[in-house]
Amino acid sequence: MKRYTARTALLETVMIAAGAVFAFPLYVLVNLSVRRPGDPASPVAPTTSPTLANYADAWQAAGLGAALANSAIVTLAGLVVIVIVSAMAAYPLARLTSRWSRWTFLLFALGLLLPAQLALIPLYQSMRDLGLLGSVWSLVLFYCGLQVPFSVFLYAGFLRAVPAEYEEAAAIDGCTPVRVFFSVVLPLLRPVTGTVAILNAIFIWNDFLTPLLYLSGSAQQTVPVAVFQFVGQYVADWHLVFAGLVISVVPILLIYFLMQKRIIKGFAGGLKG
Amino acid sequence: MLPALALYLYVVLVPSFRGAGYAFTDWSGLGERMSFVGLENFARIFDDSAAQDALWQTVAITAVITIVQNVVGLLLALGVHSRIRSRNALRVLFFAPAVMTPVVTAYLWRYLYAPEGALNTALDALGLGALRQNWLGDPGLALWSVAAIVIWQFSGYSMVIFLAGLQSVPRELHEAAGVDGAGAVQRFWHITRPLLASAVTINVMLALIGGFKLFDQVYVTTGGGPGHATETLSTLIYKNAFQFGDFAYSTAIAVLLAVVVAAVSAVQYRGLRQQKGSS
Repeated sequence: MKRYTARTALLETVMIAAGAVFAFPLYVLVNLSVRRPGDPASPVAPTTSPTLANYADAWQAAGLGAALANSAIVTLAGLVVIVIVSAMAAYPLARLTSRWSRWTFLLFALGLLLPAQLALIPLYQSMRDLGLLGSVWSLVLFYCGLQVPFSVFLYAGFLRAVPAEYEEAAAIDGCTPVRVFFSVVLPLLRPVTGTVAILNAIFIWNDFLTPLLYLSGSAQQTVPVAVFQFVGQYVADWHLVFAGLVISVVPILLIYFLMQKRIIKGFAGGLKG
Repeated sequence: MLPALALYLYVVLVPSFRGAGYAFTDWSGLGERMSFVGLENFARIFDDSAAQDALWQTVAITAVITIVQNVVGLLLALGVHSRIRSRNALRVLFFAPAVMTPVVTAYLWRYLYAPEGALNTALDALGLGALRQNWLGDPGLALWSVAAIVIWQFSGYSMVIFLAGLQSVPRELHEAAGVDGAGAVQRFWHITRPLLASAVTINVMLALIGGFKLFDQVYVTTGGGPGHATETLSTLIYKNAFQFGDFAYSTAIAVLLAVVVAAVSAVQYRGLRQQKGSS
């Protein structure tokens, strides 16, 4: 059954054609980002004398260095808190069968349904009262709260599929519940932690509306907002814009390419839960 | 559990209910002054043609995105699950757009869709010049052009979830059925399809919630126009709150959105439980 048949070859051709359709926008993006301004060639023709000057210009004009640093801080700080706090919350929710733990689970489920717009302004007022507006820490706090329900779900689903024997053995050996969690449960959760981290990282890195509101008018910006303002300013200069767009997606794409095996596996693990 | 609950209550639950409370006032979002107006804002939705257009357009674009994205995602998953040699490279390629910033992909497509942009140029180059369109400027077409961006970006996401489901189908089962004379279509229908049920549920849920909350792609490509042709509930909420300074009305629409999402999720949840009960 393992031969490469004519039907497989036909399927291969069809799939590569589909791949070409999917890749076309990305090709245009990179192709135009290396083109010299004033080059009259068609947008789909390969650039004949590529240049990296657009990248240097876009880097300067868009203030992408600071934005990348801000996005990295928000994403990393958010991930650390989300992972620890959600794993700790999911553990009792998955193991205890009391009535209150079921109610708490449903309360978290509600958080998946509420549109963010509903909380945006009241939270804006709270952040203002805390003096956090215009600071990236308002975003860290926001993403931690917003992404907790989703992460608790992934963790709880995974934990339910893991037998409780390890924890019970550790408890019999005299471990305190806190030690059981940190020495036994957290290491067991490593595969799903990868999924939780990557999905939250993609969400936090890419979110646009919240930083647009909470950081507007301040010097601190995240990448999507910096891109938004940059494009607004240079809208006619597509070569420059495209170089800026490429710079802004490279970090997240790089992480994806480095981790793609684990990400795709992580989905499979999450599905069984 | 307490830190998670505290964060969640502080950031999501309490502000959401406070926000929903504003829907019953006349607050403009600027001063501290507000008074209770009951259901007035909700009544206004029924007289506001922009809100009604936005509601139906949100439902329509969500339905199209959910169906097409999942069909494409399933086909891609079946393709890269086969024995073709390029399957690993294609998996990486198809999922790559899903990790990109929606603001960035939206700008990219705004360029592709421009009248002299890459899409029309490519159509000319392929001898299909007759298919040239004013992709974002034609009110009858713009909503579907935006839907295509979302489908392009997230079909790979559906694909990965379907792929996870496909990989849980034991290969021996397929081969045994093949020996027994079942064709490819029969094998798909009787063996693969039932085992993909949970992947379908997750994918449909994600696409529905994503579609109902769609904002970035619309805001960046068309801003809701031409006219109100691509207005969605999310862009309307944003405009009412931050451009028209009509905050109370904006939250009333957000409450409507929450109700729609909750209703659809409840239907899905019941379907899921029935499915589990029967299997």
